[in-house]
Amino acid sequence: MVEVRRKVLKENDLLARRLRDRFQSAGTRVISLVSSPGSGKTTLLERLLTDLRQDNRVAALVGDLATENDAARLARSGAAVKQITTGTVCHLDAGMVERALSDWPLEELDYLFIENVGNLVCPSSFDLGEDLRLVLVSTSEGEDKPLKYPTIFNTADVAVITKLDMAEAAGIDMDLLVQNIHGVRPGMPIMKVSARSGRGISELEQFLTSTRADLKAAYVQ
Amino acid sequence: MHELSIALSIVDGVIEELDRQKSGQVEVVHLRVGRMSGVDKDALTFSYGVACEGTALANSRLLIEEIDVAIFCDVCGAERLTRAFPILTCAECGTASGRLVRGEELEIIAMEITA
Repeated sequence: MVEVRRKVLKENDLLARRLRDRFQSAGTRVISLVSSPGSGKTTLLERLLTDLRQDNRVAALVGDLATENDAARLARSGAAVKQITTGTVCHLDAGMVERALSDWPLEELDYLFIENVGNLVCPSSFDLGEDLRLVLVSTSEGEDKPLKYPTIFNTADVAVITKLDMAEAAGIDMDLLVQNIHGVRPGMPIMKVSARSGRGISELEQFLTSTRADLKAAYVQ
Repeated sequence: MHELSIALSIVDGVIEELDRQKSGQVEVVHLRVGRMSGVDKDALTFSYGVACEGTALANSRLLIEEIDVAIFCDVCGAERLTRAFPILTCAECGTASGRLVRGEELEIIAMEITA
């Protein structure tokens, strides 16, 4: 028997650390979005890119198994966007992010958003070097999503409840959803937004652009 | 289904470690998997067989030790198991805690090699 003691995703973790160092020295804040397909990642991101572009230099990477549809949608914001097509792979990994960024001068970016493949399971294992990971859950998905996919809530920093404008039609029990998020991740900051009506968007943008210290304070509460 | 990616990483990791041992045939790989790691044991076992084909790990076995979730409970002032997966409350006093101390493991622990 030979003792090994080695993290299975050591290679990815090393790449992610290298990316994190690069982001930090370039002064780029990197925010990733994970959720199931159809939770509204692209719609929310289009809104965030459009707004944050007013005063900042922003760009986005977007991962999908196939098509460049999301990149085309996000490009309407006027921000620089690059599609990562994963083929059959159900998640982004640090290597894909590094390759996609090879010809992008990070020093010219204040914010980089990374939209992961729509999937609540697989992306949880792969660190992308991001500063902040948002997990989205829409009002039409049911209150028990956090209980079914606890790992993704534990690897994310902030939960964003999307499609607030549809809450009534979907008949969601908002208190129960919040209770379930805090059940699997006590203390997790939760933001509620509607990208369509704009409700909650400025609060989210304020949160994302606040300093690292503010984020830490928000998490402790 | 990211277990195939994970299985391929296990094979790569073991081969890298094996190179340090000079030679040998891998018989068993011991893996530690936390219940909060997001990895499914059956899917991983299946993927492992596929990932090993044509490598020095062909026909080896994967032994998975599952690790229960534990939190640090501020009220007890100690590491505690949780009451019921996936809710993070102390099994002793029921206090919620976001300080996960065990359950996210995904580690190669050891390998058994024959010369």
